[in-house]
Amino acid sequence: MDIPYTVQPRPDTGIYNAKVGIWLFLASEVMLFGGLFSAYVLLRVGADRWPHGWLDVRFGTLNTIILALSAITTLLAWAACKVGQFGKFKFFHACTLLLALSFLSVKMYEYHDKWIHYEITLADGTFADGHLVEKSADFDLAKKTGTVTLHGRIVNDENLLYDLRSQKNIKLDEVTVPAANILKMENYGPWHNTFLAIYFTLTGLHALHILGGSIVIGYLWGPGSKMYKKKPEQFTNRIEVSGLFWHFVDLVWIFLFPVLYLT
Amino acid sequence: MSESKTTSEPSPTGTESHGHAVDLNNYIRTCSYVFVAVICATALMIWISFLPEHYTWALKVTLILAVACANAFVVAGFLMHLISEKKMIYTLLAFTVFFFAGLMGLTLYALQDFPTGTTH
Amino acid sequence: MDKIVHQFPPYRKEDVHHAHDEHDDHGHEHHDPGFWAKYIFSTDHKAIGIQYGFTALCFMLFGFFLMIMMRWQIAHPGTPVPVIGPLLAKVLGNVAAGGVISPELYNSFGAMHGTIMVFLGIVPLAFAAFGNYVVPLMIGAVDMAFPRVNMASYQAYFLGGLVMFVSFFIPGGAAQAGWTSYSPLATTIPTHGQLFWIIGMVLLISSSLLGAVNFIATIIQLRAPGMTWMRLPWFVWAQFVTAFLLLLAFPPLEAAAILQLMDNVAHTSFFLPTGLAVGGQLAGVSGGGSPLLWQHLFWFLGHPEVYVLILPAMGIVCEIIACNTRKPIWGYKSLVYAVLAIGFLSFIVWAHHMYMTGMGTKISAFFQATTMIISIPSVIILTCLFISLWGGSIRFNTPMLFALAFLPMFGIGGLTGLPLGFNVSDVHLHDTYYIIAHFHYVVAPGTIFGLFAGIYYWFPKMTGRKMNEFWGRVHFWCSLIFMNLVFMPMFAQGMAGMLRRMSDGGANYSAAVNARSGAEVIGGLSENIMSLHVWILWAAIALGIAQIPFIVNLFWSIKHGEKVGDNPWNSTTLEWQTPTPPPHGNFLHAPTVYRGPYEYSVPGHATDFTPQNEPPEHSPKIPAHAH
Repeated sequence: MDIPYTVQPRPDTGIYNAKVGIWLFLASEVMLFGGLFSAYVLLRVGADRWPHGWLDVRFGTLNTIILALSAITTLLAWAACKVGQFGKFKFFHACTLLLALSFLSVKMYEYHDKWIHYEITLADGTFADGHLVEKSADFDLAKKTGTVTLHGRIVNDENLLYDLRSQKNIKLDEVTVPAANILKMENYGPWHNTFLAIYFTLTGLHALHILGGSIVIGYLWGPGSKMYKKKPEQFTNRIEVSGLFWHFVDLVWIFLFPVLYLT
Repeated sequence: MSESKTTSEPSPTGTESHGHAVDLNNYIRTCSYVFVAVICATALMIWISFLPEHYTWALKVTLILAVACANAFVVAGFLMHLISEKKMIYTLLAFTVFFFAGLMGLTLYALQDFPTGTTH
Repeated sequence: MDKIVHQFPPYRKEDVHHAHDEHDDHGHEHHDPGFWAKYIFSTDHKAIGIQYGFTALCFMLFGFFLMIMMRWQIAHPGTPVPVIGPLLAKVLGNVAAGGVISPELYNSFGAMHGTIMVFLGIVPLAFAAFGNYVVPLMIGAVDMAFPRVNMASYQAYFLGGLVMFVSFFIPGGAAQAGWTSYSPLATTIPTHGQLFWIIGMVLLISSSLLGAVNFIATIIQLRAPGMTWMRLPWFVWAQFVTAFLLLLAFPPLEAAAILQLMDNVAHTSFFLPTGLAVGGQLAGVSGGGSPLLWQHLFWFLGHPEVYVLILPAMGIVCEIIACNTRKPIWGYKSLVYAVLAIGFLSFIVWAHHMYMTGMGTKISAFFQATTMIISIPSVIILTCLFISLWGGSIRFNTPMLFALAFLPMFGIGGLTGLPLGFNVSDVHLHDTYYIIAHFHYVVAPGTIFGLFAGIYYWFPKMTGRKMNEFWGRVHFWCSLIFMNLVFMPMFAQGMAGMLRRMSDGGANYSAAVNARSGAEVIGGLSENIMSLHVWILWAAIALGIAQIPFIVNLFWSIKHGEKVGDNPWNSTTLEWQTPTPPPHGNFLHAPTVYRGPYEYSVPGHATDFTPQNEPPEHSPKIPAHAH
């Protein structure tokens, strides 16, 4: 029992089945990320204040370059399959996988950076803000004992913590705060404000797609590549289809990066 | 919309044993152009983002999004072969974009349009 | 085992190029895959269709029981549920103490009744079960385009259903915030039921997305030679549009579900506004979110979802009417354009579910306009089906009875939706029992009747036997009468002002209670209106009892029903031109289609139906001298 048009295109549509399938799936993914981007726009338009400059543009740019390169290697891997150069295919997709891994590593570093970044509301109405250096051995927020040291600064106006772009030469120092003075201590996780919430959700979902795509490409590069010997055309189609998914994930980043990092 | 053969598209059957290097080089050349375009677009967006204070965020956002759209078009058009894809795919994507625009646009409009003077 | 097909058209078995590998010595159908591969982990669309159907019917029965318990509480607030009260108390604990359904439990039942009926019952049955079984057969395909994705979509559905079912038994019970799961309530309820709901929804949405991709790709790519778009049975068109609705409308809800998940688990404030107070205390969240954002994202799916509920049933009714009137459907082209229009318009009407959220006049005018416009293609479809009856030789078998009843029932449901589409009238009717009556009319005597019709109609193709006709009629008449007795009074209750989701059935607002407490009686629900609750309860119980003949009939007929041939209804469409039940690969000889789907009573033809794949030169004609 054979399903037609798995390899050869159907004459009146000009496409093979899996390509129709992947474009349909990508359309649904456009709506998925579209829903999240709509949420972003609504939350930002409705917000009293919105942070600027909380994300390091250098890392974002690095990730953009990594992902763009991986899109290139993905296409070249497919092209190599098409012209029958299996060795080149293996090389290009190995690059894709390494680049994907690099992307995720950079992202994890960025997430970690936010995780250890704290904003502390002090009893005198000021705010201490910075990256965690150390907590003293007896630090206990509930019991109000001990001290916490941040590499950051103390500000009077919380708005100064939001618009980092407009401030030149922010001086950062070692700031030690006793627990007794702390009203609230919260790190820059998704709970901290809606910008971080949508940042973590958008980039987290995107990272999950990178992971999923890597697993599929990894499978096709490894155990799945056995198909190339017996059914090269069908295998090439699989590379093309998974490549389309990968390019879509790159497309999402092309919007994510400017929207989150640059605006 | 029939498939237009560009110079970078080899014929469908992958069993040719000659012209490999040439075909692959065509792809590599296209890819290099795309990569350069992406890098330039990224650099441009970063530059716009760091323009001085007297440029409003609204203007910056508009410009950045415009460049991002152009960037996306290059990636979709050349890396995803959308530029030579069948009409059916185009139609599907056109409807998708329309519905996405409806979702975002109508929701935004709905949140901005509310009766005033209802509280004292 | 894949073989590359080089020939198009005609796609004939003898033209298939066989790629030889180590398995392909005798052919492909001779090995028995074993029980698990054949029935549980099958990739055959027919097996998957039956899996979906069976699972969906079980969930629908479960959802029905939830409703019966709710109706008891509404009619007799505070009294223990008879018979199963002690069981409830034992299994669910405090929330059902003494066998009485507490308000929290009532809310759980209400939320899960809606969720289960819509997402675990109707959509899987109407779209996935019937679609999977019938569509590939109707278009002349060997299977769906992606059989393993098909299996994955069923498994995701099953898992999602399991998560939803299990949520009843976790501490705190199932979700309580309605099938609509509005924030901030959905986030501030201190139990985990909402979390299970969200996880279940994500699984169900993923299942639907995979299914939608499969359906659309199959219908586009695997139509048999000669099966042009305008020769497709209208059921296939309906499923095609339904698949697009699922494909493009579900993802924003998935996005919203992810955001609500973050609100529940990661304490974000996507939907929680600044200054939110819970239990008199400021909630310790960052604020800055928008409850309206959830509503927009939810209803962006929510409205296309209702068309997902109705279109497959309309498709089934169309097929049955054509076959049982022995004449072509009137206005095939109108039906096609109408269903495409409905599909398109359904994406831009959603905020008519949100008229009461403080919308401004401009935006609500837009949505009122699109809502009115979308009623036009719906009416066109119903009108075409009605006109199709004119001049027909109607066979009043059980599927046809259900299909005929669908028409006025859906008519009532649809027409009662019109006052809801205008915000001026919706002001009075929103969130009342009128709404409940409206949508239940469309889905219960509407869609469900269509689905019953489909079960009776296609049962002979699946099993080679007909279901018992007498008990089918008993099932039909009892269901029709009792459905109307359950839902018609609700229009009156809604117009009198009875609100939805009141766990005491409105007792606190009744005129009697108001008079006793000395409060103002104007607007109180009268004794007449309140007494309808008892009628509705007994009608619902009778409706439940009326399903027993159906359930027994369904199982009994598998082994003992009247044996019939491959095409007992003498239908023209391709699914009836296969052996019964269709084997793996469906058709003995790959079909070629020569004509449209409803060639009944063609003048000059010896029989009153011409199958789509009957070659023209073989069509038996009445000899000229015999006229």
